[in-house]
Amino acid sequence: MSEWTLFEVFVRSKHGLNHKHVGSVHAADSVMAIENARELYTRRSEGVSLWVVPSNLIVASSPDEKDPLFDPADDKVYRHASFYELPPEVGHM
Amino acid sequence: MTTQTDLIQYLLRLGDSALIQGQRLCQWCGRAPALEEELALMNVGLDLVGQARNWLDYAAELLDDGRDADHLAFRRDERAYRNLLLVEQPNGDYAVTMLKQFFYDAWHLEVLKGLSQSGDERIAGIAAKAVKEATYHLRRSSEWVERLGDGTEESHQRMLDAIPLLWRFTIELISGDDSETRLHAAGLVPDAAQIASAWLAQVEQVFTRATLPLPPAPSYFYLDARRGLHSEHLGTLLAEMQFLPRAYPDATW
Repeated sequence: MSEWTLFEVFVRSKHGLNHKHVGSVHAADSVMAIENARELYTRRSEGVSLWVVPSNLIVASSPDEKDPLFDPADDKVYRHASFYELPPEVGHM
Repeated sequence: MTTQTDLIQYLLRLGDSALIQGQRLCQWCGRAPALEEELALMNVGLDLVGQARNWLDYAAELLDDGRDADHLAFRRDERAYRNLLLVEQPNGDYAVTMLKQFFYDAWHLEVLKGLSQSGDERIAGIAAKAVKEATYHLRRSSEWVERLGDGTEESHQRMLDAIPLLWRFTIELISGDDSETRLHAAGLVPDAAQIASAWLAQVEQVFTRATLPLPPAPSYFYLDARRGLHSEHLGTLLAEMQFLPRAYPDATW
């Protein structure tokens, strides 16, 4: 099936939740991609909505840039809400 | 003929057709042209086997002779089978498989829609649930007929070759008999003439989109599944399907 396009599949498991990436399918076009995704990824009641996106349209970060992109966040604990002490009068948040 | 006898024959026809169509689809297991198609064929096949169980369960209850649905499926001979001639035809290539599926789905969905209004609550319930599955089956098979018919030169040619292999068997999709007329009068099953015109309209529409020529109406011929007169293909299919329960009647797994 080398002529078929690769699509990434996203499933929304419940109303109100976001679509999550679950894998990919091959298909001749987007209509077939939705059907193939339905067959592969929702046959055990996993979802209420499907998205498919041609894989080549996804722009990905480069693994080479992992250090400059993500490492600087490691030592900035003050970006987490749990870093701050809450005044007692706020109670549970 | 009582209504009960008519109804048993009708239920066997529905159940056997779904079972044999399901069995044919499952023969693609491990051989489909793509992993995605393999899963789809098996899903549709298993939907149909599940529906067959519901119809045969009910038929067995009405027969009330000690046989259950498994017994009806695995210990009945070819002549006692009432499935449509269409569904027992060999799978051939993907064009034949998909065209056969489409002819069946277009008939099946109309029949189920009609049955969901049946005066028999049990039938209406089974049909209402099956309509959802059949709606999807028809969507998938009609898209494939369109894709292949209006596809490449080769896929178009293969669809053209598939039509004469299957077309004559569609006579059974568009003709009723006295038994069905009586059941319709009793408010249990839909009108065969209405099913026929809906089926033809659907086929016409999809064939036009698929750029395929519609052959002249099929005419009656000597085989007749309502009387158990099948083509030579059902026997070998049943031999494979029934081998295990017949060779080891008390086996459990």
